[in-house]
Amino acid sequence: MTWEEMLPLLWPATVETALMVGWSTLFTALLGLPLGVALVVLDRDGLLPLPALKSVLGFVVNIGRSLPFIVLMIAIIPFTRLVAGTTIGTAAFVVPLTVGAVPFFARLVETALREVGTDVVQAAQAMGASRTSIVRKVLLPEALPGLVAGLTVTVVALIGYSAMAGTLGGGGLGDLAVRYGYQRFETLLMILTVVLLIVIVQLLQSLGDWVARRLTHK
Amino acid sequence: MIQASGLRKQYGATVALDGVDLHVRAGEIYGVLGQSGAGKSTLLRCVNLLERPTAGTVTVAGQDLTALGGRELNRARQRIGMIHQHFALLSSRTVEGNVAFPLEVMGVARGERERRVGELLELVGLEGRGKDRPHQLSGGQKQRVGIARALAGNPAVLLSDEATSALDPATTQSILALLKRLNTELGLTILLITHEMNVVKSVCDSVAIMSRGRIEESGGIADLIRTPGSRLTREIFPLPEPAPAGSVTLTFTGDPSQPVVSEVVRKFDVDLSILGGSIEDLAGGSVGRLRVALDGADSGAALAYLRETGLIVEVAGETA
Repeated sequence: MTWEEMLPLLWPATVETALMVGWSTLFTALLGLPLGVALVVLDRDGLLPLPALKSVLGFVVNIGRSLPFIVLMIAIIPFTRLVAGTTIGTAAFVVPLTVGAVPFFARLVETALREVGTDVVQAAQAMGASRTSIVRKVLLPEALPGLVAGLTVTVVALIGYSAMAGTLGGGGLGDLAVRYGYQRFETLLMILTVVLLIVIVQLLQSLGDWVARRLTHK
Repeated sequence: MIQASGLRKQYGATVALDGVDLHVRAGEIYGVLGQSGAGKSTLLRCVNLLERPTAGTVTVAGQDLTALGGRELNRARQRIGMIHQHFALLSSRTVEGNVAFPLEVMGVARGERERRVGELLELVGLEGRGKDRPHQLSGGQKQRVGIARALAGNPAVLLSDEATSALDPATTQSILALLKRLNTELGLTILLITHEMNVVKSVCDSVAIMSRGRIEESGGIADLIRTPGSRLTREIFPLPEPAPAGSVTLTFTGDPSQPVVSEVVRKFDVDLSILGGSIEDLAGGSVGRLRVALDGADSGAALAYLRETGLIVEVAGETA
């Protein structure tokens, strides 16, 4: 294949991957952050100790994390149809990607929040801060560098998931690799796809590291 | 100002507080002294209900905190300042932001907040450092931020949880001097816990000595020093224990320049040899403790004379 033949294939595939990953990252952050906060706050020694509810949430999160993404994607097809109205195309795959990444990100949020010292939380309690204030003004700001690092890891994982989504009709770079690299032995295109993925992941990771570093004041 | 009665705190089978009564008067600096594990930290945290006591009540400024919960407890806590051993500053905020935190919690408007933060930083000697981050400050400066933050709500009471234990001796003294100044200038009542006798000696008016979840001895420092056999006196002036039989331990609380010892030797037919002793500057003035051996025909009369001059005389082997 020549450049003229490859470019029209690579560019739309990259855009599809970017759209899938971008939207699912947004939804993952919106859903995973509160879930991660809940896992910490509801814990036995948390701000609002409801250990039974915490166990249930933890169990659900673990189910989400124990399924390989490709299995999860197929298993929740009815749910995807319910939410997106369809099960193929880039937009539809935002649903399984989000479902797959939320438990993953929630655990990373939980870890980041646990890094915040109990002493600052107790100091805030001693100052008469409400639970909401402690979450908003202490836990989240203090954990921000860790949250950014966690989101970066999640984005990279989503790029990996999105490639699997490609094989089931989600489009993107994964789909390109299967159709041209695997089924047509277009080695050059395969290599270009690999290089492109490596470059994207490296750039995102560096960006995430840089932001997290800027936010760290230690 | 702070009244705790019958405080018990149990964690499962472990008893951290075993019936503690504490009475801190308005305007005094009250020290709770004890080794780690004695329960003093639990006691302090029961005062602002960071730990809810298993039994007993805590009253601060006339309000029974143990009866409160939720929003009311939070409002009461805003009137009780607290400083911490490791400062507990928010690394995500500047010095100003840290001091402003309790004001935000109290719902103080931005303009008023800024004015108050400026005032507080000046009070603790940190003017001009408002834009710094906590990690750019020394330990002593961090504790000053902690103190400014604790005073934001004009509290009547300040709780200090080993506030100088992470600091070097010189910095410890400067922080203690600041606490003493705030105590005098603002009439701030301070309850501090510490394992350092030095802290008690430098600033405290009253002390409670804790061990294994109980208060072993408590009262005004001056009173305890005058109480023969008090544990505080023994700990402040470490003389070899037990005292050799027949030796006499003298505690001077008055003017240290009075030549009591030489007077005794001149007036009575006794020989006096010094076995040990020291003088300490306490918050209330100098106090000396001297262990001597008295020998001679007039020993009895000499002891009576010493008692008359106002010294506390303990003779080893005699019960006080």
